[in-house]
Amino acid sequence: MDLDSTPQQDTVRREARAWLSARVPTTPLPSLETREGFAAHREWERTLHADRWSVVSWPEEYGGRGCSVLEWLTFEEEYYAAGAPGRVSQNGINLLAPTLFEHGTDEQRARVLPPMASGEVIWAQAWSEPEAGSDLASLRSTAVRTRGGWLLSGQKTWSSRAAFADRAFGLFRSDPDAGKPHHGLTYVMFPLDANGVTVRPIGRLDGKPAFAEIFLDEVFVPDQDVIGEPGRGWRVAMSTASNERGLTLRSPGRFTAAANRLVELWRRRAGPAGPGDPAGPAGLAGHVDTALRDRVADAVIGARAYQLFTYAGAARLAAGGAIGAESSLNKVFWSEYDIALHETALDLLGPYGELADHAGDSPGHGGWTEGYTFALAGPVYAGSNEIQRDIIAERLLGLPKGRR
Amino acid sequence: MRFLLDDEQREFARTLDDMLTAADTPAAVRDWATGDHARGRELWARLADAGVLALAVPERHDGLGPLPLELTVALTELGRHAVPGPYVETVTVAAFLDRLGDEATATTWLPDIAAGQRTVSLALLTPASPYALDPDAADAVFAVDGDTLRLAESADEIQPSADPARRLARPRGGTVLAQGPPVRAAAAHALNVAALATAAQSLGLGRALLTRTVEYARQRSQFGVPIGSFQAVKHRLADTLIGLEFAQPLVHSAALALAADDPAGGREIAAAKVAAGEAAYVASRTALQLHGALGYTEELDLSLWIRKARPLRDAWGTPAACRAGVLADGLAGDGTDDRAGGRVAAGRPERSA
Repeated sequence: MDLDSTPQQDTVRREARAWLSARVPTTPLPSLETREGFAAHREWERTLHADRWSVVSWPEEYGGRGCSVLEWLTFEEEYYAAGAPGRVSQNGINLLAPTLFEHGTDEQRARVLPPMASGEVIWAQAWSEPEAGSDLASLRSTAVRTRGGWLLSGQKTWSSRAAFADRAFGLFRSDPDAGKPHHGLTYVMFPLDANGVTVRPIGRLDGKPAFAEIFLDEVFVPDQDVIGEPGRGWRVAMSTASNERGLTLRSPGRFTAAANRLVELWRRRAGPAGPGDPAGPAGLAGHVDTALRDRVADAVIGARAYQLFTYAGAARLAAGGAIGAESSLNKVFWSEYDIALHETALDLLGPYGELADHAGDSPGHGGWTEGYTFALAGPVYAGSNEIQRDIIAERLLGLPKGRR
Repeated sequence: MRFLLDDEQREFARTLDDMLTAADTPAAVRDWATGDHARGRELWARLADAGVLALAVPERHDGLGPLPLELTVALTELGRHAVPGPYVETVTVAAFLDRLGDEATATTWLPDIAAGQRTVSLALLTPASPYALDPDAADAVFAVDGDTLRLAESADEIQPSADPARRLARPRGGTVLAQGPPVRAAAAHALNVAALATAAQSLGLGRALLTRTVEYARQRSQFGVPIGSFQAVKHRLADTLIGLEFAQPLVHSAALALAADDPAGGREIAAAKVAAGEAAYVASRTALQLHGALGYTEELDLSLWIRKARPLRDAWGTPAACRAGVLADGLAGDGTDDRAGGRVAAGRPERSA
């Protein structure tokens, strides 16, 4: 058992650090949940892609570097330590791409992956429906057979990024007579600017259009935009819901960097206000008690625990093991950790913690307000934490199924 | 990088687990609580035969170590079975004497400790605790006060712990064995070893509490169904598992840091101690709650585990001290500069050649 970097990890670390230090924008980009910010983040994806840093874990033929999970983790550590922008294309990269690698055709991979890697096509997810949230298999949107393809109808909702994205992927009911709710579903990719598609942005808690409703009225998609066998969409979607994706949905590097920023903030708050201290109005300096200190320590401990848990998962995968329901442990942990970390930051900011991120005094916040708003959604999306805890209890602890 | 126990380490754990499962350990715990050490000593001898007490003793003193990772593997199993006795203290004395560098003292004690011939206890009066664990079962009690190491002459009367199988007393008098900065340095190292070993013990304790409670929730029926089918029950158990699962890698990485004499090791150990201690304590609360009134009884063996969780959480580094240590120089830091350090390692930094 060891934690020593491989030579390949060292190489990735060195090269990524050099590249990032030269390229990361010195002023943070506008929020990617705004039109202006979305465009700026798309441009950043292009910059990453130009030097093959946008999808390091993909094979080289699709714009990647063929990095192992460990090398990817190293890249992510460097990426977030450098304060690089959030990834506007992460839905495609983390959710759709693994599905295409496992269930797509060569033609689909060649057509879909390169523009995803370059940010030319940004993907939104279209899973939830008004009547199908945690009980996703009860979804009602339909795919009806037509010549050369399918006609999609119905309503999707809570689609992250859909307000400004180009295309979306999701499940549609293609066989209403299949015996069970999760049978007869088909996994489809579709354009958001097609005839019959209406996208209605939804403001999240801070008003930014971070997600949207999608209305579909007989939207034609060709057969080549179906992933896997028609009617087997549930299995296609779920097979990549765990395994490597479970390990990589939220990279530890993000929390390592956030915890380090929190420690910096705490040091500034605990010490005398210095010149140019953005968060340190002199009247508040030194007003940090041990209760806050303990929460900062917990953030440091949690980031390290999450990082190490992920290293252990990577080692299990490398040793031929699988990660199944264990990914639910990850999801509950990081989503609750993320909120606790941001709450601690806001508490350290005292009366300045409530300022919106566009408030005049807010540049000193270092993005804590935006980060807090973003974190609040964590326990809800990607399978609510209640569902995750059911999975943990039933599949890892062996408890009997019961009413949801 | 391969952050995974190897087959040999897993096998070691399995061997200890099997041995302790077959040994009616709860009876030994109950005897120990009354001051009857006979069964506990039998276990001590068998665990010594398995090599457990040699893991902190270097080979030149007839030991197998120092092997911090294997030590955490062993202590996890001891915790899983709530084995009574000053194991943490004995391996910590071994690490202390090894680090002290006084050859005569080391030769006197270490081979016997490794062989299980002598059981010892230890009080680190500052900053840990005025008490030594189980002095009435130990052949010797060491006490460190500042830069002075004494071999205690005796111990005061037993101060019963909330866990009756932990018997505490203040060491009294005795001869000075060593004095000066090396004692202080060895004590700092010893505190790290003790905290790590206790963290591992907590981890095993918490695992056992969870396992027993899951079993109970599967077989106990109310309203015509197993209580384990209720979401409120499931979710509490899931959260308990999450705490333990995320504490475990911290314990292992802390052991690696100790093995490498990593300067950041104190912080890693402090983090592991907080996480494992808290996770085991949460497991004890879950166990108590989900067993209902039954869990509140002394008669049920579960009480042997429940009562140990909180003392272990606080022994050899309280959560508050450890959290301060995470942001400073670790447990052994003097705590005066809270603002030093505290960065989360992002993998191993490149080492200079």
